[in-house]
Amino acid sequence: MTSTAGETRTLHGWGRTAPTIATVVTPRAPEEVAAAVTAAGSRGIIARGLGRSYGDPAQNAGGTVLDMTGLSTIHSIDVDNGIVDLDAGVSLDTLMRRALPFGLWIPVLPGTRQVTIGGAIGADIHGKAHHVVGSFGNHVVSMTIVLADGSVRELTPEGPEEELFWATVGGMGLTGVVVRAKLRLHPVETAYFKVDTEQIDNLDDLMRRQTEDDERYAESVSWFDAVTTGDHFGRGLLTRANHATLADLSPKQRRDPLKFDAPQLLTVPDVFPPGMLNKLTGKLFSEVWYRKSPTRLGAIQNITQFLHPLDIAGEWNRGYGPRGFLQYQFVVPEDRGDVIRTVLSLVTEAGQVSALNVLKRFGEGNRAPLSFPKPGWTLCLDIPIGRGLGELCDELDRVVLAAGGRHYLAKESRTTPEAIRRGYPRLDEWRKVRAAVDPEGVFASDMARRLELI
Amino acid sequence: MMDAVGNPQSILLLGGTSEIGLATVEAFAGDRPLRVVLAGRSGTRLDAARSRLEAKGCAVELVDFEAQAFDTHAAVVDKAFAAGDVDVAIVAFGLLGDNEEAWTDAAKAVELAQVNYTAAVSVGVSVGDRMKAQGHGALVALSSVAGERARRSNFVYGSTKAGLDAFYTGLTEALRPSGVVVTVVRPGFVHTKMTEGLNPAPLSTTPEAVADVIVHAVRTRTEQVWAPAPLRFVMSALRHVPRPIFRRLPV
Repeated sequence: MTSTAGETRTLHGWGRTAPTIATVVTPRAPEEVAAAVTAAGSRGIIARGLGRSYGDPAQNAGGTVLDMTGLSTIHSIDVDNGIVDLDAGVSLDTLMRRALPFGLWIPVLPGTRQVTIGGAIGADIHGKAHHVVGSFGNHVVSMTIVLADGSVRELTPEGPEEELFWATVGGMGLTGVVVRAKLRLHPVETAYFKVDTEQIDNLDDLMRRQTEDDERYAESVSWFDAVTTGDHFGRGLLTRANHATLADLSPKQRRDPLKFDAPQLLTVPDVFPPGMLNKLTGKLFSEVWYRKSPTRLGAIQNITQFLHPLDIAGEWNRGYGPRGFLQYQFVVPEDRGDVIRTVLSLVTEAGQVSALNVLKRFGEGNRAPLSFPKPGWTLCLDIPIGRGLGELCDELDRVVLAAGGRHYLAKESRTTPEAIRRGYPRLDEWRKVRAAVDPEGVFASDMARRLELI
Repeated sequence: MMDAVGNPQSILLLGGTSEIGLATVEAFAGDRPLRVVLAGRSGTRLDAARSRLEAKGCAVELVDFEAQAFDTHAAVVDKAFAAGDVDVAIVAFGLLGDNEEAWTDAAKAVELAQVNYTAAVSVGVSVGDRMKAQGHGALVALSSVAGERARRSNFVYGSTKAGLDAFYTGLTEALRPSGVVVTVVRPGFVHTKMTEGLNPAPLSTTPEAVADVIVHAVRTRTEQVWAPAPLRFVMSALRHVPRPIFRRLPV
């Protein structure tokens, strides 16, 4: 049983902040998960996937962490019905490579494919298609979960244990360990997108365009510049797309319409000093990013070009240097779009530099009490850790919460328990479901302690 | 838990009436609510410290702590950790004493050595043990530039701080693999009750300024800091001044 012996490791999230020590166990089968869960000590246990959450949900100081990537089998793909049955440690990248040749598409893809199925369920991730398809939990047909007492249950979105199903969706791994799931995929003709890119030179127009005709597109997102001030404040790029059909492709592309080319051209070395992203480099980055994509309608782009440009560089988070960075992502109701401008002004006034600013309009949310998406605007900022950042984020919290907004737990790394209570009014309902299956608090994480989720 | 920008949720102050310690807790408290355990000798001063922090919105718990009662230290630390993880622990108790009295009266000398060194080592072991078990934590020890080179005017105190400094510097290495960051702070002359009536040395500072240095060090996981920062270079030079000259310096 060497695989469940465990090794002591320092763990942190993708933002490389607040590291803690845990015993990491790598189970190879659901039985080994159950064994580790029942053997967990007083500091508890939590599952970890590929570590793409920015903060601390997949670390457990002084306790046990399950490295779920050891459960990595795709058991079956039912091509006719589009149902895939797979282990929770499989990444979206692996799934896409296996499913695409059958013309099956993962309906919810976030900004990276380096996310496990278990992580995708636990954070109820969303993508650029949220306004049409909703979040990840909406596409889970069933899941197998190991509970605190080591028992195994099969959960479905509707049925006797639906409450536990929806508490697990977005539940940050705190209800149990998802070991296997069945997902419903969507049929596609090609692996390409037909993309409309528009350069829009100020924030108001950028948001107006997204409100007007987002419904015409399967995918929609905008990036804007948070460095430039004045008349071009919030200038940005609106990229929206539909899946390309065979007829849209060039003759060359048509020979292999489901080809999935995802090169990783480089791995960023771990040598960057602190302060690499400053006002100067931030301005430069914003200028280049804005200029690289002039308005162009109907361009055919592959998956990497359109969905995951950052996946080209492995370990890109190292570019922020040893102190790391954080992502600040929130959602505010549709009629509070003004908050986006306020937040952006506060960031520029504070002299902080956010290079990757992603803005999207969400569609309807789902039944999960801790699911992040709800109708409205979601903005994600990306800021290196430095003096004054904590105070700025506290200030942003006040603006966001006053507008009826909330934080995305997969990105969260520094807010207060109070802010989560206010943002997630159904938190107590979730706690009740959790307490029923884990009365002793076996499942625990640094995030759960920090935000008093349990 | 410590968050991404270095905000703790709970602090243990050993030496619950220490001015530098209280200023540090206040600096961390900012507009975040903090759970604070004040370990000190119970009495009006400790009660006043509690009120001062409660006014800042902290939830304060008092634990009776006697530096020279070594065999009670483990229980004191256990009590401090009973309500949950301690994110930051500050070892801030200490005596300055009267140097002339201390080097001529054995009882006085032993008292300084026991409070400043032996007790600091004792709580360092217990806190280190608890933080190791919780897999994270910041342990701050208040040393002094007086420990960097013994001066005629202050060498008994200086010798105790030299011992504390060496112990916590070693502890820094020993606890690093367990996810615990130890920070040794070397302040210069700080205007506090302890130094009231003494002639301030050059580069003298205030508890609030030292607190800012400590907060920044904990947030950036820095293991050794001077307060104020330029003292690092001053002390580096002073350590190498030949004795005949050093004894004539007005330090």
